[in-house]
Amino acid sequence: MSAKPKIDRRGFLTRGLAIAGATLAGGCDSELSEQPWVKRILDKAEALTYASQRALVSPTALAREYSEAEISKDFKANGSTEVDDDGYRALAANGFADWRLKVGGLVGQPLELSLAELRAMPARTQITRHDCVEGWSCIGKWTGVQLKALLDKAAIKPNARYIVFYCADDLGETGDDDGKYYESVGLEDAFHPQTILAYDMNGAPLPIPHGAPLRLRVERQLGYKMAKYVMRIEAMDGLAGIRGGRGGFWEDRGYEWYAGI
Amino acid sequence: MTEASQQEVIYRHSGAVRVTHWVNVIALLVLLMSGLQIFNAHPALYLGAKSNFDDPVMAMRPMKHGEEIVGVTTIAGWNIDTTNLFGLAYMPDGDYEVRGFPWSVTLPGHRDLATGRRWHFFFAWLFVINGTAYLIYSLVSGHLRKDLAPSGSELKHIGASIWEHIKLKFPQGDEAKRYNVLQKLAYLIVALVLLPLMLATGLAMSPGMDAGYPFLLEIFGGRQSARTIHFIAASGIVLFVVVHLVMVLITGVWNNLRSMITGRYVIKLPEGQA
Repeated sequence: MSAKPKIDRRGFLTRGLAIAGATLAGGCDSELSEQPWVKRILDKAEALTYASQRALVSPTALAREYSEAEISKDFKANGSTEVDDDGYRALAANGFADWRLKVGGLVGQPLELSLAELRAMPARTQITRHDCVEGWSCIGKWTGVQLKALLDKAAIKPNARYIVFYCADDLGETGDDDGKYYESVGLEDAFHPQTILAYDMNGAPLPIPHGAPLRLRVERQLGYKMAKYVMRIEAMDGLAGIRGGRGGFWEDRGYEWYAGI
Repeated sequence: MTEASQQEVIYRHSGAVRVTHWVNVIALLVLLMSGLQIFNAHPALYLGAKSNFDDPVMAMRPMKHGEEIVGVTTIAGWNIDTTNLFGLAYMPDGDYEVRGFPWSVTLPGHRDLATGRRWHFFFAWLFVINGTAYLIYSLVSGHLRKDLAPSGSELKHIGASIWEHIKLKFPQGDEAKRYNVLQKLAYLIVALVLLPLMLATGLAMSPGMDAGYPFLLEIFGGRQSARTIHFIAASGIVLFVVVHLVMVLITGVWNNLRSMITGRYVIKLPEGQA
């Protein structure tokens, strides 16, 4: 008689382990990651991470800046490394003399600026670390105009919440706007002193693999936020109406909008 | 003699320890598997602030070996052929795929960095909340001081304890009511060193946190060093879990499992002590 409860307990434990094992094995199954309810729950962490970092990191805290000696000899060019488009190739052939950056959306004074006009504005140079979402880091020297200066010049309206960057490269290879790269940042990053639109890299005009003629630098976030081949900037009050609605090319493909981690 | 007279049932693990233990098991399993998914996006490790692509301290990659393409794992300058395990795997049709760890051990089970990151950060939060609760409980309840901190005399006799473990002789009777000195040290190293190190090196990889707390970069010698230490500490935890599971198996799997589920642990008493 005394042995019986022990067997029951053992049976209970065995069944419990079997259920736990099946659950864990299910976790290994890719199907679980595809379940909408799983995605919804996992997405909750992004808001928590964003709120925590906003609470823990001062809006004016600067990303680490490095010395000339620490610049990477072989800065990896990721994503698009050229723009497969005749219009862009014609601009590049002419040293981007005919290229114009358009600044619009929720602004009082829409702008169209040439590269020479951007270069005539006050410049900021910074040697920073570029962290790719894949895991690697490279260090480069960037010179450009602060995004804040451009937004002030364009008289950004008080109801603007996001700055959206439209790019020339068709990374999605759809042949239309759906595949074109785009990105967005919130106002805190838009007005951060290290957030610049860079036209020089390591003391020379920005090379095509790195986004000529102009790329974004958002130094407190990952590389995919730093849009290359920037053609147009718009101040917006929301992101829902733009393409996939999640605020960026990679965001529409599952990556976090907040890439500070 | 009946079985009952030779054993004593003690209440070994408090509810807080049991709950945080199992939450930690789930969190660490998901963190490990999603971490390998993230690692596979760039299966190489470096020292310092940046990636010197020509000089990784560890890398899993394809290499030409004569006419053949093989998977090679490089560790500190040594190249080891790990075809079909790490670096490169041949498929049944003769085609090959370049990858780090096999997809059977990653989450999700195919290349999907975006989803791997979402699993990783969600369960990192669960790990942090659970671990914080455990540490507060352990400090306040005295679990840390009474059950885990080894005494001076225990540390003095550590050699004897190691020898007994080698002979697979484990404490009996009253001695088995508390953790032995090697157990205490192993649990302390995991709970107070390796797991907090995982969090700190993880945070050091965040460009947002680095801006607010530059000392994260200083203490680990740069972001890429932090990533390498994150990988090594994770390997240390895997090693601990393997040894932990082996010890659970050879010291009585049902008794150990029951004690971590219900709290009750059966001590076999030597003859005459019943």
